[in-house]
Amino acid sequence: MLNEILQTIPQVVIDGLTLGAVYAVIALGYTMVYGILELINFAHGEIFMSGAFIGTAILIVLTGMGWVSAVPAIVMLITVLLLTAILTGLLGMGIERVAYRPLRNAPRLIPLITAIGISFLLQDIVRFIAELQKGNYIVTGPNLFKDQLSIKASSISSIFNDASIKTSFVIVLVTAVIMMIGLDLFINRTKWGMAMRAVAQDRETASLMTVNVNKVISITFFIGSALGGATGVLFAVQYGTIDPYIGFILGLKAFTAAVLGGIGNIRGAMLGGLLLGLLEMFASANLTLLSGGVFGAEYKDVFAFAILIIVLLFKPEGLLGKPVTEKV
Amino acid sequence: MKFKKSLALLLTGSLAAGMILAGCGSSGGDTKASNVIKIATQTPLSGGSATIGEAIKLGAQLKLEEEKEKFKDLGFTLQLVPYDDQGDPKKGVANAQLIGADKSIMAVVGHFNSGVAIPSSEVYEKYAIPMVSPANSAVEVTTRGLKTVNRIVARDDFQGPAGAEFAVNTLKAKKIFIVQDKTAYGTGLAEAFKKAAEEKGAEILGFEGITVGEKDFNGVLNQVVSKKPDLVFFGGIYAEGGLLIKQAREKGVNVPFLGGDGMDASTLVEIAGDTIKNTYITSLAGDSTKIEEGKKFIETYKAKYKKDTESYSVYGYDTMGVVLRGIEDAIKANNNKKPTREQVRDAVRGVKDYQGVLTKVSFDDNGDNDYAKVFIYSFKEAKYPAEYVDEVSK
Repeated sequence: MLNEILQTIPQVVIDGLTLGAVYAVIALGYTMVYGILELINFAHGEIFMSGAFIGTAILIVLTGMGWVSAVPAIVMLITVLLLTAILTGLLGMGIERVAYRPLRNAPRLIPLITAIGISFLLQDIVRFIAELQKGNYIVTGPNLFKDQLSIKASSISSIFNDASIKTSFVIVLVTAVIMMIGLDLFINRTKWGMAMRAVAQDRETASLMTVNVNKVISITFFIGSALGGATGVLFAVQYGTIDPYIGFILGLKAFTAAVLGGIGNIRGAMLGGLLLGLLEMFASANLTLLSGGVFGAEYKDVFAFAILIIVLLFKPEGLLGKPVTEKV
Repeated sequence: MKFKKSLALLLTGSLAAGMILAGCGSSGGDTKASNVIKIATQTPLSGGSATIGEAIKLGAQLKLEEEKEKFKDLGFTLQLVPYDDQGDPKKGVANAQLIGADKSIMAVVGHFNSGVAIPSSEVYEKYAIPMVSPANSAVEVTTRGLKTVNRIVARDDFQGPAGAEFAVNTLKAKKIFIVQDKTAYGTGLAEAFKKAAEEKGAEILGFEGITVGEKDFNGVLNQVVSKKPDLVFFGGIYAEGGLLIKQAREKGVNVPFLGGDGMDASTLVEIAGDTIKNTYITSLAGDSTKIEEGKKFIETYKAKYKKDTESYSVYGYDTMGVVLRGIEDAIKANNNKKPTREQVRDAVRGVKDYQGVLTKVSFDDNGDNDYAKVFIYSFKEAKYPAEYVDEVSK
């Protein structure tokens, strides 16, 4: 049994990291907003979804104009990523302005409900536009990276099977890591980052110290949404097919990852995301084997979430959270 | 003799019509109304399945219009009353109540969704209105012992075994890996397939589930890769099916995929692209382009409605054929007088060896069709619809 598990490990790790990277970058959006406003922005999953659609739309338009074959795929991807990030960033700022800012002093529950409302709204707007354009809301974008790489894991040790990866996997992972490191530097090394941390710690005092709180919150939403939207593009590139409802399950899992890592803590969100992705992939590949056929792969979420519950029982503040939080 | 009689009826009919026209419809309406036989269609005419619902309705309408003359000779006027069930059980039941209240409606052609057909048919049973379904495949539609419910397509529990027969006998699959989507449809289909495949001697390497709405199936596929099956069966819908096939091919799984009618959609090809090759699906809908009568039907349909046929158009047509045969039998058995709903109900259930364009129909005691078939299609290239390869009869 152990042998069989070990054999598939290289592939499981690769697939788990891909999924985990997606979770991690979305989790960042949840954790940043929570860190500053103590608001769970449930519309974040839908911003991710909108990003996936915007990115695919840009790709389809550019393909139609014949640009894709003219420029290298990687240049193409970076252009699309940047464009989408700016658009979804603005979308996030707009949502904050319309649905959250007027309610900032209302009871906690109220912005939570508007967040849910916004997410339904986005789902159906995107579905409506997609159906209008294509007659079908399941959209398949052009395939940018088709090549397969093979990792000869068997040459390291004979207990491993070879693993195959798509080039897009490397790109997804690298881009996600760049985004995470960039954000980490931004928060910890720049003036705006410092302002964000200040607002997170104590909004009123920060505003007394001439920090423009509204602006900082706007920027937080912009960055969180831009990252979410860019991840949407990465997701569309990796999996090819998107629909307006992908934001729900992924958003839920990413939120879980944020809690697992310690909500409000950015490095925690990254760790939580990668961990959840790995756990899930491991469970769906090996659960049948581990349980002797009693539980199939369909119980992967149960397995992953059982571990989550155990972690939270012993460490309620999350893996990297501190009991007295220094947020963001 | 018969000719004379019908001529007389025709004359009386036109006389009555003339009288109505003369009297501005004030009197004589009663005699006319009693000779009107209405047939309702209940299909989704709006919403996601509107294309198919519309196709069923138009198919039924075509048959009804072709038979109008014949029924006029018998002294009856046929009328089609289309209802829109919106693919929604609540709407279906509400419509069924309306249908029950209209005494001149003698039969229903519908529904498209089994989930709508099941509750609506409870209402039909109360009013003794026979229903013939062109598309419902859920087993429970006919197993509840209702006298009014019939269908001309095969049941879900036959699709699995038919797929298994094709997989084991034609594709020579010995080791099969099954993936299903944890829905009533997907799991039901996969379990029926599994049972039949095991009986035919195939070895089942795994029976795993995925979650509807997710996009990453690499975990399950890693199991497929390590088990090395020579066929993968998927019980589920095209959205997950397409991704599953694509991701499997990317992992180097090049064995054939087999799925049910839930995969029969152009979106499947769109999602999977070129990786769709070497995929087979079982379907309850036959291919009308393969036979003479089918081609003729398609031509008439296109000429009349300026639209392409859908796979269920011809089923709408054949269903209406069965219904009208039943009504005709009931009229004859009732000495050419208007039959009651009960008589029509029993006559429809009693239809034997009706030859439609694509289907031959004989109802058994449950209202299932003895001649129901499952058709097998193959994707040889990234093109929809798939190519017809085989059919399996009950």
